[in-house]
Amino acid sequence: MKLSVQLFAHARDLAGRELVDLELAEGACVADVRTALAVEVPQLIPLAQGLLIAVGTDYADDHVTLDADDSIACFPPVSGG
Amino acid sequence: MIQLTHEPIDTAALTESVRDHAAGAVVLFLGTVRELTDGRRTLALDYEAYPEMATAKMRELVETAGRKWPITAAGIVHRLGHLELGDVSVAVAVSCPHRVEAFEAAKYLIDTLKQIVPIWKKENFDDGTTEWVHPGLDASSDTPSDAQVSN
Repeated sequence: MKLSVQLFAHARDLAGRELVDLELAEGACVADVRTALAVEVPQLIPLAQGLLIAVGTDYADDHVTLDADDSIACFPPVSGG
Repeated sequence: MIQLTHEPIDTAALTESVRDHAAGAVVLFLGTVRELTDGRRTLALDYEAYPEMATAKMRELVETAGRKWPITAAGIVHRLGHLELGDVSVAVAVSCPHRVEAFEAAKYLIDTLKQIVPIWKKENFDDGTTEWVHPGLDASSDTPSDAQVSN
């Protein structure tokens, strides 16, 4: 299935783009997104340990499985306020 | 009132929005752009958000706080975009029957916002460098020297 991942803040700046399209197997999980992102956008590897993944409007652990219509975002730790 | 805005925050309107005859206490917290951080001089901050998730998380915070304290009304407004020194970046207003719970709820809301709501700030320092603030990460500067290293 095809999934687009939205990037924010320093992750977007390092990647040089806001959206990354990934091709993942059916039943893929968040951990697979991390692996595919590192291949597609190696610039993100230095941040990898700190990157957070959101599915919809919730933070998602690595084991969360994905559907083709999920909104996925990837970003470094937050600093609002 | 739960809102992200690129305009200056109307703190008076936010405060009025939580006032109620059931409340004997109203707490307003303002986060403002600070000049000095760890000895470095900030000229400005740029804020961005993942708007859909940030708004959802701010609503969740207010709902969670409402289960912990007897909140009469609460509102959060966060500003986005380019902010100068002294500008209000975030405003939290809480009303409760009594002051102790109003102070506690306001502290919970701002503390938890800073931990989980997907909003980020980028420092613009007076030496011309910029740096995303990503707590726990240290590879977030976009300085000329870093660009040379990565090239």
